[in-house]
Amino acid sequence: MEHPITGRAWKFGDNVDTGQMAIGQYTRQGVEVYSAHCLENLRPEFPTEVRPRDIVVAGKNFGSGSSRETAVLALRYLEVGAVVAEFFSRLFFRNAINLGLPVVECSNTAQINDGDLIELYPVQGRIVNISQENSYQVQTLPDHLMKIIQAGGLVPYLEQNYLTS
Amino acid sequence: MGAGMTIAEKILARQSGNSRVSAGDIVWAEPNTAMMDDPLGPKMIQAELRRLGNKIKFPERVVVISDHCAPPSTILQADLLTLTRNWSKEYGIQRFHEYEGICHQVMMEKGYVRPGELVVGTDSHTVMGGALGSFATGIGSTEMLGVLLTGQMWFRVPETLRIKWDGILPDGVMAKDLILRILGDFGSGGLTYRAVEFGGSVVENMSTDQRFCLSNMTVEGGAKAGLIPPDRETLDYLESRLSKSELESLSPIVSDAEASYCDEKIYSATEVTPMIALPNNPANVCSITEASREKIDQAYIGSCAGGRLSDLIAVARVIKGRHVASGVRLIVCPASRTVYQQALKQGVLETLYESGAIITAAGCGACGGGHSGVLGAGEVCISATNRNFKGRMGDPSSQVFLASPLSVAAAAVTGEITDPRTFI
Ligand code: SF4
Repeated sequence: MEHPITGRAWKFGDNVDTGQMAIGQYTRQGVEVYSAHCLENLRPEFPTEVRPRDIVVAGKNFGSGSSRETAVLALRYLEVGAVVAEFFSRLFFRNAINLGLPVVECSNTAQINDGDLIELYPVQGRIVNISQENSYQVQTLPDHLMKIIQAGGLVPYLEQNYLTS
Repeated sequence: MGAGMTIAEKILARQSGNSRVSAGDIVWAEPNTAMMDDPLGPKMIQAELRRLGNKIKFPERVVVISDHCAPPSTILQADLLTLTRNWSKEYGIQRFHEYEGICHQVMMEKGYVRPGELVVGTDSHTVMGGALGSFATGIGSTEMLGVLLTGQMWFRVPETLRIKWDGILPDGVMAKDLILRILGDFGSGGLTYRAVEFGGSVVENMSTDQRFCLSNMTVEGGAKAGLIPPDRETLDYLESRLSKSELESLSPIVSDAEASYCDEKIYSATEVTPMIALPNNPANVCSITEASREKIDQAYIGSCAGGRLSDLIAVARVIKGRHVASGVRLIVCPASRTVYQQALKQGVLETLYESGAIITAAGCGACGGGHSGVLGAGEVCISATNRNFKGRMGDPSSQVFLASPLSVAAAAVTGEITDPRTFI
């Protein structure tokens, strides 16, 4: 069985836009500055209390709005393990894959409570909710996307496949 | 499945070297043009580009435009402009612009976006290019790095949703009201992964200036492209912007009669009213007649959604001979220096000035909370821009209502949200 991503769930609602993860006023100031404000307008305690491998769990249309990659970089800087949402905005989805942040679509996110301990198996397409002793299906990614994530993102993928001469 | 293809499918087929593709296919395609702006462009990719061989595959396809931070309001912004300028020089980017206006507007004015072509840009509103019949879409900075290195990127061929506006647009209603209505109906994720293709008599009779607003805001619904089939109006727009040989080499694309659409929605424009998006989501829409008469602190005209010449003329129409309400500031930020000059020559800026408007330098201005009209705690703004997310234009407790330039002008005069039809 593949190695799961295990962490506490941080619950968010629908339509969380990238401007909440990387707030405009701070994005010119380096990742250590803007990540310290990541999602604070929705959950003030998030940037200080999130722990490595914790999982962001949200509703519909996560990552809407601006194409800023800093949204993904902020989550990665805070060592968020993955984002699980009902569905994603396409720009955020691509950016996350390109930067090696696992993103999976799951129609049961409403059943996951804030603070639940969950295990995510992205290749198998499953979430185990340890707190609730339950499990849910998640969408698996098409092969070519899984290869990019497994390589660690688009840059290492291109290095391995295109730029070796 | 129908034998025909949509505009989106045809452009992606052409650029990926396939004779046909269908929605759902994954293809590696070559963008004709790749645009970077100041915050998400060179600064974000320079180090990795250097590490990965330091060579741009097709520098002649690259455009760099500094707009978000020009003119700079902080030292950090000034340094970002310097970095972007120096980088463009070092890599021999001929098509570099700064202080000329919003990147998307400059792309159109310079003729860099052409019908039938594939355009990517490091900004979500790149979709605006769809108004000229180009498959134009926003990408992230790392994705752009891949395009610079390889000249290609992967695309999932999107399903196309056709939206038709039949009838005649009533006076007092603008393209902005149509797209707000669509966003309200489909919801903020309702167009995700789809290409939208507009049609119907209203769109056919609409100026390119106004069409840009329709395409621009499709991304607020999550769309991948907001296409308008190129027509006589499109070619007229491009005529003064391209050389004779460039005009001859154009190869516009329209959908086949038997193309398959995932859905079709037909609206009658005759019944549509001015619309407004309430805080904090562009899809949180109602008719302005149902909105409460909220008092405003700021009225804002500008951005790639609402700062073009036709928008400024609409404001002038409402405000001519009237004055901005006391305690309210009306800020007008032309989308480009060209728009600024045209409005100047036509006397539009003078009308706005005499009514008490503050006219700022062309660029992104306060649209993204950058400068020249940022909102303080608890302030209320009605804005011709495209986004009203929490904190987008300033303090997280400020509130932004999105509406057409006519509606913004009406509110500027009365000091509260007002149906613009009472003024025309
Ligand atoms: S005007 Fe606003 S929406 Fe348009 S590119 Fe600038 S910041 Fe983005």
